[in-house]
Amino acid sequence: MTIGVKVMDRPVEEVSYVRATLSGMALTFKHLVDPHKVTVQYPEEKWDLSPRWRGTHRMLTTEDGKSKCVACGLCPTVCPANCIKLVPGEDEQGNRYPLVFEIDEFRCIFCGYCQEVCPEEAIHLGRHYENSEYSRDRFVYDLERLSTQTHPVCEMWDPTDPKGE
Amino acid sequence: MTHLPLFALFQVADPQLPPTEGIFLIGTVVKMFIVFSVYMVGVAMLTLAERKISAWIQDRHGPNRVGYGWLQPAADGLKNIMKEETYPDSANLPLFILAPAISFIPAMITWAVIPFASPLPTPWGRIDMVVADLPVGFLFCLAISSLGVYGIVLAGWSSNNKYSLLGGLRSSAQMISYEIAMGMSTVCVLLLSGNVSLSTIIQQQATMGWNVLLLSIAFFIFLVSAFAETNRLPFDLPEAESELVAGYHTEYSAMKFSLFFIAEYANMVTASALITSLFFGGWDIPFTQWDNLPPFTVLKTVLTLGVFLTKVLFFLFFFMWIRWTVPRFRYDQLMSLGWKLMLPLALAYITIIATVVLVLDRAGVARGPAYGAILFGMNVVLAVLLFVVLDRGRIVSPAYSRLDREEVARLRDISGRNPALAEKKV
Repeated sequence: MTIGVKVMDRPVEEVSYVRATLSGMALTFKHLVDPHKVTVQYPEEKWDLSPRWRGTHRMLTTEDGKSKCVACGLCPTVCPANCIKLVPGEDEQGNRYPLVFEIDEFRCIFCGYCQEVCPEEAIHLGRHYENSEYSRDRFVYDLERLSTQTHPVCEMWDPTDPKGE
Repeated sequence: MTHLPLFALFQVADPQLPPTEGIFLIGTVVKMFIVFSVYMVGVAMLTLAERKISAWIQDRHGPNRVGYGWLQPAADGLKNIMKEETYPDSANLPLFILAPAISFIPAMITWAVIPFASPLPTPWGRIDMVVADLPVGFLFCLAISSLGVYGIVLAGWSSNNKYSLLGGLRSSAQMISYEIAMGMSTVCVLLLSGNVSLSTIIQQQATMGWNVLLLSIAFFIFLVSAFAETNRLPFDLPEAESELVAGYHTEYSAMKFSLFFIAEYANMVTASALITSLFFGGWDIPFTQWDNLPPFTVLKTVLTLGVFLTKVLFFLFFFMWIRWTVPRFRYDQLMSLGWKLMLPLALAYITIIATVVLVLDRAGVARGPAYGAILFGMNVVLAVLLFVVLDRGRIVSPAYSRLDREEVARLRDISGRNPALAEKKV
């Protein structure tokens, strides 16, 4: 009968259970008295995010509070997850602006294409990760929500090192 | 109308003499209340200590939110009381409800016979600092602590869950196996003290030296067995999360689940107190006879209590330290360690100690420091023999005791001829 019993080749004569336990205890005791702890005390202390961190979106605004978006339609076109809903409008001077601009953050895959494609540098991904809400529909961010957010935005690449070297 | 002779109960007596029966009764009730409250608060704080120590060992901070961490046990208790209790449909409900209590009570009762300080002189007589100074104290401990297994076995069986049942089975096998080694290791203590009363055992250690030095091997066996008896790692086979979900308390929820935890910690406290009493001189302050001799004063009581608590807390820390260091034993390793190493070792040690005691008594060596020194010298030799010469994967290494060399060679041969395994090797 051939069965696949795995027989470990251990140096039985040199193994001492008591000594192994004692050296293990010495190790754990060293860590016990070591004042260095790795935990980040979250609400008080926060993790430093990379400048290229891609979090939930933010729409930048001009000085007079209007969004920079000109409703060109590039971001919904490029979006691989199809999560941006854009209805363009036009005012009396013929300036285009978004009537409806919604991003479904649940569908979003945070690829950052919308930020890259935007000719006006209006839509940005945020360096931000505190996204909790009480209901699912609150995760569809409308234009007002996107414009009023204040967290820092993603840099996508380091200007001094564009190729990421 | 008859009235109770209340005044007579409180009459002033000699502080150095045992009190009258009435005072004895009242004193015992007061001691029960104090010991119970301190014990329960201590057990609650132990859950916090365990979490803190585990955190520190793993380079974390541990609970530090509720009252800077100090109120964490209260928060846990509150949460567990408010949680929903679920009962399995096919559980045996009476036993299912009874089991947590059965596992919890023995651990508490054992504490009753453990002396925790030198006698306290009061205006109404000398009060012994032990809830019940039973003449058969140690036998009582053994008897009660073996009841603890019922709680776990009943919990496992009454849940009607395969994992619970396996946990219960394992615990019965484990606790009964190690109880034998534990009992045998303490026979040596009884040989030296000549009495089973814990007070006498402590007095004997005060004069001769602590049993940990006189009976080191017995202490080692007792310590390992205590881990097995309290179901602590590395012997927490009845729980074994990775194999049995949560073992015997898989089906328990809310406060009943919590009660098993309290029982575990209560068992730990009791085991630590027993180790302290049997091997570390109980409340004896080392290097002085001042604390053991009358006249007893309040200062002596306070100091000896402090010393006792320090020793117990050290062992509690030791339990936790081991838990976060050593991985769990495999089931066959556990059994072979218990039956093939601990039990023969304990039996051999009884023989050696009995012989030495007989020889020393015949030779007319008085039971005092000199007697202790001789025993200590012999123990050093035995410990070196056991841990240095014999412990090379032969005795104190249960992992390989199951297979002898020829068997290993045969298995290697078989697996070498297995085409599937041979392919893997290439």
